[in-house]
Amino acid sequence: MSAFDCVTAARANDRPTSIDYITRIFGDSFFELHGDRRFSDDKAVIGGIAELNGKPVTVIGLEKGRNLKERMERNFGSAHPEGYRKALRLMKQAEKFHRPVICFVDTSGAYCGIGAEERGQGQAIAENLMEMMTLKTPVLSILIGEGGSGGALALAVADEVWMLENAIYSVISPEGCASILWKDSSKTAEASECLKLTSQDLFKLGVIERIIREPKGVESKLFDSLKNLIADTFDKKSRISPEKLIEMRYSRFRKF
Amino acid sequence: MDERYEIQIGKVCVLSTKDMLFNFLKPKNELENQGEFAENHPYIPEELWVKCPVCKNAILSSDLVENHKVCPKCNYHFRIAARQRIEMTVDEGTFNEMDAEMTSVNIIDFPDYPRKLRSAKLNSGENESVITGTAEINGEKCVIAVMNSQFMMGSMGTVTGEKITRAFEYATVHSLPVVVFTVSGGARMQEGILSLMQMAKTSGAVKRHSDAGLLYITVLTDPTTGGVTASFAMEGDIILAEPHALIGFAGPRVIEQTIRQKLPKDFQSAEFLLDKGFIDAVVPRNDMKSTLAKLIRLHTESKEEEAETDECV
Repeated sequence: MSAFDCVTAARANDRPTSIDYITRIFGDSFFELHGDRRFSDDKAVIGGIAELNGKPVTVIGLEKGRNLKERMERNFGSAHPEGYRKALRLMKQAEKFHRPVICFVDTSGAYCGIGAEERGQGQAIAENLMEMMTLKTPVLSILIGEGGSGGALALAVADEVWMLENAIYSVISPEGCASILWKDSSKTAEASECLKLTSQDLFKLGVIERIIREPKGVESKLFDSLKNLIADTFDKKSRISPEKLIEMRYSRFRKF
Repeated sequence: MDERYEIQIGKVCVLSTKDMLFNFLKPKNELENQGEFAENHPYIPEELWVKCPVCKNAILSSDLVENHKVCPKCNYHFRIAARQRIEMTVDEGTFNEMDAEMTSVNIIDFPDYPRKLRSAKLNSGENESVITGTAEINGEKCVIAVMNSQFMMGSMGTVTGEKITRAFEYATVHSLPVVVFTVSGGARMQEGILSLMQMAKTSGAVKRHSDAGLLYITVLTDPTTGGVTASFAMEGDIILAEPHALIGFAGPRVIEQTIRQKLPKDFQSAEFLLDKGFIDAVVPRNDMKSTLAKLIRLHTESKEEEAETDECV
């Protein structure tokens, strides 16, 4: 599979979105929480509390929507500053109540628009990076589709970052890269190769800890195994003292 | 990590201070001086005059340099090189550069990156898009990092992030305030995901410095965008900006393409951000040094008092 095939697969309309992961892994236990308490409720970010093997966890996801209506409502998964602030509010809450945080990342990037700039898109992302670095509770991020630049990183300063086999994670979209490099945004395939954005490439670079295989046609297998993996990881991480945990998180990013 | 940068002994080229001062003057094509313009205007040796892009007045180059590259007529702030910025900000002879020889390598084999790096080095006379070191500002000790628009438009690669991180770590160990002047087009595409990771790395170092109760002042200069805005540029305890600097997450062209409409004038200017509550003050270049010194002093005074109180107890 070429890098560009991965890009296509990561963006496919029928790919499971954060809501699918939340429903299939946490079932009815998920209770959604809304709003950033400052401006509004950004529907590109879905968040709440759920139960995993009887233990409470905070769940946050960038949600693209599963049909056109949902996609419009959720701004195609491109969050505004209030989305990142909602995510941070829920993470701080998780820290307070000593429950781990799981983030599902799927976005082409943070939204570029007038309102987003007026309300400090850069500041909102920067604050998440800073605060997540010292969040005194385990954080796990899973890139399930597209991981578009700062808008994805704002939910991926974690103790471990995992990636679905066909997900992508990149500093710039292949189209953006091609238009800067060759003044031709149609050279997406070449740009995809150059950017080293596939799960294999990122594993080699040490950017992710784990690649999650995508069994063909049997999604239930994926969700079941993922659920166990998440539960095991949180069990292990919760045995580490918060001080040691944030020391390890700092080292994880310090090495780049 | 060691393979992620190289140590370069000596500079690629050595530019004299005079060369650097006049670096912003683009050589003109001979044809541009012919035709109507040449007929109606007397010949002026180009290197002596600069035309202000805003008020269109001709300014004597020497006057402009003397005025820290601020137009004396309309107050337009020309972009300046990092070395000049340091020269005009810190006390003479106090700047001690850190990691000066650290230079980028082509980590992910990105096409054309080595050539881009070479030309950036020649263009700027520097090894990387940021210069870091310790200095004194009106006698106030600090760590200072100054980004350079002449080096790949101040883009943040692994070495940029590493130098900034080391500067913060040094400041944390030595209990020093940090002043960072930003100018950047964002993360450096040519280093792929590793340039994105610099946003997290630098933010982590800023957080540790902050948690140690130390002061961090950022000065946003034209332009500050992308991954730098979305990391250490916006993480200062106090955020200053130069007049009319363009500051934003997405660049104006990207936004216009996304929303398919023209942006209002002054959108994403320093004054706009001040109005929206994202920066503390717009400070003219000629007041910057005294402002920084004053702010640092206000924070060291309270520290000294604390120490004294401790002794009394």
